[in-house]
Amino acid sequence: MSLIASPQSLSFDQPLHLQGGGVLSQYELSYETYGELNAKRSNAVLICHALNASHHVAGKYAGQEKSQGWWDNMVGPGKAVDTNLFFVIGVNNLGSCFGSTGPMHTNPETGRAYGADFPVVTVEDWVLSQARLLDSLGIDKLAAVMGGSLGGMQALSWSLQFPKRVRHAVVIASSPNLNAENIAFNEVARRAIATDPDFHGGHFYAHGAIPKRGLRIARMLGHITYLSDDVMNTKFGRLLQEGEKFKYSTQEIEFQIESYLRYQGDKFSEYFDANTYLLITRALDYFDPAAAYQGNLQQALARATAKFLLVSFTTDWRFAPARSREMVQALVANQRQVSYAEIDAPHGHDAFLLDDLRYLSLVKAYFERISLEEAV
Amino acid sequence: MNPVLRDAVMKMVPYGSRVLDLGCGDGTMLAHLQKNHGCSGYGVEIDDANVLACVKRGVEVIQLNLDQGLSMFGDQSFDVVLQIDTLQHLRNAETMLNETVRVGRMGIVTFPNFAHWPNRLSVMRGYMPVTRKLPFQWYDTPNIRVGTFTDFFTLAQKNHLHIQDAFGLQEDRVVRWWPNARAATAVFQLSALTH
Repeated sequence: MSLIASPQSLSFDQPLHLQGGGVLSQYELSYETYGELNAKRSNAVLICHALNASHHVAGKYAGQEKSQGWWDNMVGPGKAVDTNLFFVIGVNNLGSCFGSTGPMHTNPETGRAYGADFPVVTVEDWVLSQARLLDSLGIDKLAAVMGGSLGGMQALSWSLQFPKRVRHAVVIASSPNLNAENIAFNEVARRAIATDPDFHGGHFYAHGAIPKRGLRIARMLGHITYLSDDVMNTKFGRLLQEGEKFKYSTQEIEFQIESYLRYQGDKFSEYFDANTYLLITRALDYFDPAAAYQGNLQQALARATAKFLLVSFTTDWRFAPARSREMVQALVANQRQVSYAEIDAPHGHDAFLLDDLRYLSLVKAYFERISLEEAV
Repeated sequence: MNPVLRDAVMKMVPYGSRVLDLGCGDGTMLAHLQKNHGCSGYGVEIDDANVLACVKRGVEVIQLNLDQGLSMFGDQSFDVVLQIDTLQHLRNAETMLNETVRVGRMGIVTFPNFAHWPNRLSVMRGYMPVTRKLPFQWYDTPNIRVGTFTDFFTLAQKNHLHIQDAFGLQEDRVVRWWPNARAATAVFQLSALTH
């Protein structure tokens, strides 16, 4: 049975004071829900998204065949996160470009689009805004909060900001902070965007321009880091785009991998917002719950009382298994209930979005355990 | 899991212990200790199917390759560390033995005793033993560390490990008289010598 999704939105008038000092005096959050909230209101699962996803987690929009949610292989009736058992919520984060208040929306103070003036938002700010959404939906405690990559950081942050509101945190292909190499990748992407002449200091909407070149390059770079060397070699190797002879051209597409990356870049630049890219990569950079504890992750995670499932993928070099193990180690040192799986998948960071039976069976088994537990 | 082995292990584990079960398999032992003995803790496993089985069973499991050591776990952070029929699979068996008593206040180690008399008989006949406890051929056995009950004393002494108890298990009984010849399974209860 296929799931029909319908986006909803809620307006919030209570100002949101952001970690970076900014304030959103009013804002909207786009969200979707799947399944039914039970009478005890104890079966809610919040799904947090990563860089370029949205509140549209699962199902399709009525009459739109190609509108499948970004984690539809994970969430749905009979799937790992079974919407016959759980009330699943997907929410679009502030600063994003898929419905929730973001840089392309009107700044009530100026009457113009926020553009570069949209305040910097952090993982903690997102979690706070998500908590307000749950308040509005009448959900006090989540059965689970779950996310991959940057979404995993939100799940972890939930367990620290609202320990009593989270029974389980499912943190996939994630990290307790970004290392220098990871920040470096983000910075190259941001410079590609910010130095695009069409960027206009972030106020490109007013100029009727879109910094597509910057977005394309940002996406091409990002895409490389989401794949593994192996998978790229298997898929493309040194295959040429046309014929069997080099063109001996420096500008034309020669190898298939170039064509693939350009295609991915073009596609991305058509739908993604440049300011959003800057904001979200910055949120990634800033996340570091151990910073307040002189880098001691064990102390930082001491306040988390949720039960945890962590999953990493062996070929993921952007959010490497070693980073997940750091979190496991800190949770074990705090004597928290935690399970950890390291899936031997070839697909690099992207693996968290793909179909891998071991991965999906494991998450399914974990969620079945959650559904059997008596909610306290 | 053999209920005699399970009960013998349970007798040594104090009620309510924090337990780390190295090579926990499908989590049967830990599930039993949790349910009937007030224990908590984690299993460590490398095999995907076993990790899944543990999650299904409600046993916390951490997927790690034991040959990479136990650096994730702090000194004396568990009451008991179990190595139930795990030692014989480890490339770094000696290191892991020391790690077991570093991480746990007590270590319980069991492994197939190669000096059990049917094994001796088989070797005397000129063949490596193939038994219920050691069901593999010499060329496909996962048991890369084959030792005897008596060998273990030497290894323990070399590493300054304190043996609190040692006995054999054969079929459905504990063997305390001449276990080196009379038991298929060797069982040791250990701690570091310093405490």
